[in-house]
Amino acid sequence: MAYVIPKETYSGKVASMTIGEGAKSIAIGGENTMPFLSFEGAIPNRPVIAMEIQDITPDDWPDNLKKYYNGYYDDAAKWAKFCVEQLNAKAIALRLVGTHPDKQDRSAEDAAKTVKEVLSVVDVPLIILGSNHIEKDASVIVAAAEAATGKNCIIGKAQEGNYKTIVAAALAHKHKLIAMSELDINLAKQLNILITQMGFETDRLLTDPMCSALGYGLEYTYSVMERIRLAALTQNDTTMQPPIVGDVGMYVWKTKEVSASEEDMPQWGSLEERGIAWEVVTAMGMLLAGANLLIMRHPKAVEKAEKVIEELTKG
Amino acid sequence: MALSGVEIFKLLPKTNCKKCGFPTCLAFAMKLAQRQASLDACPDVSEEAKKILGEASAPPVRAIILGAGDKAVKMGEETVLFRHEKRFVNPCAFAVNIKDSESDNEIEKKVAMVIASEIDRVGQKLRIDAISIECASNDAVRYEAVTRMVSSRAPDTPIILNCFNASAAEAAVKAIADKKPLLYGARLDNLDAMVNIAKAHKTPLGLYAEGPEALSSLAEKAKAMGVEDIVIDPGAKSAKGIIEGNTQIRRAAIKKNFKPLGYPIINIVMKDDPLIETAIASVAIAKYASIVVLSSIERWKNLALFTLRQNLYTDPQVPMQVEQKIYKIGEPGPDAPLMITTNFSLTYFIVSGEVENSKVPSRLAVMDCEGLSVLTAWAAGKFTASRIAQFIKESGVENEVKHRELIIPGQVAILSGTLEDKLEGWKIIVGPREANGLPTFLKTKAA
Ligand code: B12
Ligand code: SF4
Repeated sequence: MAYVIPKETYSGKVASMTIGEGAKSIAIGGENTMPFLSFEGAIPNRPVIAMEIQDITPDDWPDNLKKYYNGYYDDAAKWAKFCVEQLNAKAIALRLVGTHPDKQDRSAEDAAKTVKEVLSVVDVPLIILGSNHIEKDASVIVAAAEAATGKNCIIGKAQEGNYKTIVAAALAHKHKLIAMSELDINLAKQLNILITQMGFETDRLLTDPMCSALGYGLEYTYSVMERIRLAALTQNDTTMQPPIVGDVGMYVWKTKEVSASEEDMPQWGSLEERGIAWEVVTAMGMLLAGANLLIMRHPKAVEKAEKVIEELTKG
Repeated sequence: MALSGVEIFKLLPKTNCKKCGFPTCLAFAMKLAQRQASLDACPDVSEEAKKILGEASAPPVRAIILGAGDKAVKMGEETVLFRHEKRFVNPCAFAVNIKDSESDNEIEKKVAMVIASEIDRVGQKLRIDAISIECASNDAVRYEAVTRMVSSRAPDTPIILNCFNASAAEAAVKAIADKKPLLYGARLDNLDAMVNIAKAHKTPLGLYAEGPEALSSLAEKAKAMGVEDIVIDPGAKSAKGIIEGNTQIRRAAIKKNFKPLGYPIINIVMKDDPLIETAIASVAIAKYASIVVLSSIERWKNLALFTLRQNLYTDPQVPMQVEQKIYKIGEPGPDAPLMITTNFSLTYFIVSGEVENSKVPSRLAVMDCEGLSVLTAWAAGKFTASRIAQFIKESGVENEVKHRELIIPGQVAILSGTLEDKLEGWKIIVGPREANGLPTFLKTKAA
């Protein structure tokens, strides 16, 4: 029996887009094959990892993560600069958690100010995220989008309950946009349709089908992402073609595995590596399922994931 | 390629004798095509038909057993490329590689780590499944001695004889043939010798070639020489090689029913940096490896890899569940708090973990909701006030606790009124929405 390389031919491809401005802008998406299978298609752009920073000192990060950014928490701009200059971050994700009513309830104006400060010091693409509070995000993200006019950022996340205002802001200030739904391919599709019906083009939209950490529902995210990717490629379904976002860090760094001490959990081994591995393996799951943009926290996890992405995309 | 009912019918005796339990040969053929009957049921089928039908009905990826006894691992039998289509069948085995050139002391230490590697997670016992013994010394005497030593220290653990030197391999296989080691092993240059050893000692044979094409012709040769149980290594060293090689192999087997690649895949994932090794092993786990050979087995790394494997191999249709009962956490007395949740493994695992963190001895009533999370079960009408009331009454917990207070998940706060009506004499307390609020909640309550 003669072996013939079993190639698939796909009718669709992932939308491609550029984020950021100037020399350090980045292109993402554009592939017409399942993740990393360059033997049968083109993968013009590699997945990108954005390093997460926040507008306030995080009160829920375990020490084994927190220690890497000591001295930078009081100032998001300083923190961003550190990530870019010292840790080689290719993109920054600023999460405005401080605006959440249960945190510091910072105002939309405060948020806009933080965005401006960060933009004044970094030249890599910026992703601006709200606090995941449906109502508050509507005002915070609008103000942030305005503050970032002309910087071609990604803003988000637009959800079923607030997408109209956020989409309007992305349109007005020419940003890219993340739409998030809750782990269901039909909900993801539905939201993308609603958003494109507002005149927002598919090649400016990113989809976040909701992430979950290793051991905490990762398989749901994994399969939803794979199904979205397959629908985009095999059925040429344009509503499923936006690049996929994996919001890895925020789900990983609240699990027990990344913070339980070695005294409490001797059978789980070294806490330092355990935390990094948890974020790396979660990131690998998302990448293998089709994610184009990851948001991560631990500098070492980012470094290792970058290395493997390099290996997966070269040659 | 799978045969149609009519094609199968043509190969049957066509006597309609009914001995198979079906009224006609055609009816039987139709059932065979749907894999709802077994060919053995027809006593009169010809040897030739048996051969053709046997091959056509064989699963696209052959089942192979690694090792013998209680800890033997079944591999292969996969039927799909994506887990959402149908459950991945046999979770890949993890093996740690030990070089025979290492000191006896080092080797003993690693074997001990394998034996101590078992972890309980969401009700499953997970462990490093096998030991790969690499013939790095190229010395048959040393190799055999190390093989004997490992085998005696870890008598139940399956062994992979990672050895391309035929005389060393023969000595080692002979020493532990009853353990059915995987002889990994054969390349184009030593195929004859390795096939003979595998056949003589009835062990599965691992084949190594660079790339699926060379591998498929090697597998055809081995099969023609009479070896059935084969494991294949496409020689990938990098993440890229693993994802592309494994994908091609699995696709050829499943979509083209290409028999020469219809075998479990072994990937040697060995890197100097254990975190990189962890990441690349993740690629192998997700993308079709049946055996992943690692260079080291730190506990943190095992935990991450076991968990990934467990996640990806769960049934996408049937969530993992825990048994319905009243779980005791710590040593709860009659006054200890009582909480309720659903029997979705993930929910149980998170909630019980947080209760443990609180160090407040408690009872957790876990109710059968077909493995759905709290909100999903509520939305699906399985976690309702009447069902909770009935469960609490029938559970017998009323004899265990003196108080009559039930803490419910914050996400179903809406149930509290109706539940108080249905569960007479009980007070319903709404707990935090997220389980990570439980330690503070329980401590404050206890104070
Ligand atoms: C994955 C998922 C599914 C999976 C099922 C997974 C499973 N095994 O349950 C599938 C795809 C099958 C599914 C189906 C449905 N789902 Co669903 N699903 C989800 C999703 C995305 C995550 C659920 C999950 O796994 N959570 C993780 C577990 C660990 O959470 P948990 O059990 O609630 O436990 C947490 C807390 O409740 C708390 N806790 C738990 N126990 C206790 C106990 C005490 C004492 C305390 C204090 C705290 C506590 O601690 C845990 C961690 O913090 C949610 C959305 C979301 N993000 O929550 C929707 C969601 C739950 N689903 C929803 C719905 C409506 C459904 C469907 C009816 C229809 C649909 N949309 O598909 C069906 C019903 C299924 C059926 N058989 O009929 C809705 C419910 C809406 C509502 N408020 O009523 C949600 C909220 C999505 C939405 N916004 O529409 N779903
Ligand atoms: S036993 Fe065989 S020959 Fe007889 S009816 Fe069944 S298939 Fe036909």
